[in-house]
Amino acid sequence: MKSSLMLHTITRIVAFIILSFSVFLFFAGHNNPGGGFIGGLMTAAGLLLLYVSFDLKTIKRVIPFNYTTMIAIGMLLAIGTGVVSMFFGDAYLTQYFDYFQLPILGETELTTALPFDLGIYLVVVGVALLSILTIAEDDA
Amino acid sequence: MNNIVILPILLPLIVGVVLLLFAKNLKVQRVISGITMFALLGISLYLAHIVYYEGIKTLELGNWPAPFGIVLVADLLSSFMVLLTGIVGIVCLYFGFKTLSEARLKGYFLPFYLFLITGVNGAFLTGDLFNLFVFFEVMLISSYILIVHGGTKYQLRESLKYVIINIVASGLFIVGVAYIYAVTGTLNMADISVKVAELEQQGVLNVIAILFLLVFGMKGALFPLYFWLPKSYFGPPSAIAGLFGGLLTKVGIYCIIRVFTLIFYHDVAFTHHTVIMILAGATMFFGVLGAVSQFDFKRILSFHIISQVGYMIMGLAIFTPLALAGALYHIAHNIFVKSALFLYAGATQKVTGTTDLKKMGGLLKTHPFLGWTFFVAAMAMAGIPPLSGFFSKFALVLSGIQEEQYYIVFVGLFVGILTLFSMMKIFIYAFWGEQKLTDEEAKERKIGSVVVTILPLVALAVIMGLAAEPVFVYLLQVSEQILDPSNYINSVLKE
Amino acid sequence: MEILMILVIGVIFTVSTYLILTKSLLRVVIGVIMLGHGAHLLLLTLSGLKQGAPPLLGEEAAAYADPLPQALILTAIVISFGVTAFLLVLAYRTYKVHKTDDLDQLRGSADE
Repeated sequence: MKSSLMLHTITRIVAFIILSFSVFLFFAGHNNPGGGFIGGLMTAAGLLLLYVSFDLKTIKRVIPFNYTTMIAIGMLLAIGTGVVSMFFGDAYLTQYFDYFQLPILGETELTTALPFDLGIYLVVVGVALLSILTIAEDDA
Repeated sequence: MNNIVILPILLPLIVGVVLLLFAKNLKVQRVISGITMFALLGISLYLAHIVYYEGIKTLELGNWPAPFGIVLVADLLSSFMVLLTGIVGIVCLYFGFKTLSEARLKGYFLPFYLFLITGVNGAFLTGDLFNLFVFFEVMLISSYILIVHGGTKYQLRESLKYVIINIVASGLFIVGVAYIYAVTGTLNMADISVKVAELEQQGVLNVIAILFLLVFGMKGALFPLYFWLPKSYFGPPSAIAGLFGGLLTKVGIYCIIRVFTLIFYHDVAFTHHTVIMILAGATMFFGVLGAVSQFDFKRILSFHIISQVGYMIMGLAIFTPLALAGALYHIAHNIFVKSALFLYAGATQKVTGTTDLKKMGGLLKTHPFLGWTFFVAAMAMAGIPPLSGFFSKFALVLSGIQEEQYYIVFVGLFVGILTLFSMMKIFIYAFWGEQKLTDEEAKERKIGSVVVTILPLVALAVIMGLAAEPVFVYLLQVSEQILDPSNYINSVLKE
Repeated sequence: MEILMILVIGVIFTVSTYLILTKSLLRVVIGVIMLGHGAHLLLLTLSGLKQGAPPLLGEEAAAYADPLPQALILTAIVISFGVTAFLLVLAYRTYKVHKTDDLDQLRGSADE
């Protein structure tokens, strides 16, 4: 495919806007619209834009992740968060939260839903990209 | 607060995910999954034990109280089914280790095997209708992958139909959930049961009941909806066909039994004694006719799955404690024996290179161990005393006569004869008759170690037959517990 | 509003039934996907189309919307997303191997 200058230039700017917005969405979850699933999908969309506008091989050099491993790690993180509460004698998936004074951020609410959501995020990014790339690589 | 209830779901899930990390290293995968299945059996034994002695165990996920959060419930029936899953899971896995090629095992076979077990156990243990849908999907997606695993031409063609039919069924499941939610405003099965008992609209409930019967019947291969089963179970390797044939249809049957004892018991004369009764008879009859007409080892067995499903539904249709105990006994018997027979089909295929009965013969001379242990399993299937198949049919027929449902009893007995006939057909064609293999070929193809992995299932079939009395005492308790929904409701809603 | 939604759902179910019964593989796949959409819309409609604030603490509203159907539909959509991806790949592979998308030719012969 002939590379398009316009697509390249715009992608370089837009992809990073999308990626940073997806991180915002990820942290906005829990009390506002957003969360791991939406954030993950948006990250996947941003990365996919990179794959589309540049070459598949180039991006593979830039992002050398194995998406299967990514899915596995995400799932382990999500399941593991639930398991932790079992060790405290509570039911599986019980949520804990508390308020902490953090530097820069000030008083922040930290919950165990956050690592769970991070797991979901990794799984969604992994699944979306793995399935799309697997189909795309089949040129025959 | 009983975290033990979630372990049968959690353990295979975590291990399946861990196996994804060792995608390249087959040896590690085998060791981990082999150990996991034994741990799972231990857990399910312990679960069945404490449920039997201490009563129904529930777990409210995330400490959200019952009708609002998702709840897992282990009563006698579900702990019994989880135990059966553990046993069959081990045998099929070790049979798979012996027979499947390395290339096949490398294609993420073991992770999806464990995800399938996760889905099955989840479907047995959940107490929430939508959660049941989710676990059904976990099970189905894994089964899609396992049934097409290897990707031969035949498998691709037939599993395409399997997948499409099951997706349509899943769509209808969501429709059913929507109706239930519109009518009762809840999805917790115990809460639905309470609300349904107060609701005085039989017409709407009958519609929903039949819709759920349609959905689960499609997965359990009931009479008009079984057409997909024989062809799609023919394609995959025997270890998978054994697990599917033994276990997956029974998940559908379990759901029918659960839903029609806990929720839809408002109009027993119509739903149970009429609709399910007719379906039971037709399923038995047409299934066994299919089996009689076939001349292929695996296809005969696939059709037998259908006719055996009929017996289980017959127990539900008669709807007395004895009949339900008979149906549950039949489920256990069928899970063991049907899986064993499919595995025998695989072992015979290893020897002869075909599943066509007309191309086999004389295996009893060359492989007597295979032949005689198969004979025991086949006789158990056909219901010859003192093996397990006899007692389930005996209980079903007895309760049918007590309830004066003579037609279904007649059909059941007639189907029993045809079952015996088609089992003998396999035995005569494959094991008697003229020897088709040369002596050298027969000596080369030793499969003793493969057959040993099937033996636990055959042994269980014999033991269940010899120890029918204590097994029935246990199963009568199970069926009395599920026939009185207040047990389930009280332990979930804690009233 | 409910009437309109139910009419739409009826149309979707009709179209999907028609598509599932056609011979072309791709149409069947599309029909199956539409069946899923129809079911999700039905779940949304039957649980009552309500007006109200999102059910969060701090929203001082007179009425709150029921969050459960939306959570259920989101779950169902995610599941059908995965299943659809798998089904498309399966259909594609079947087409590649059998070199046809005509379901009549994918029937398989009677004596098998």
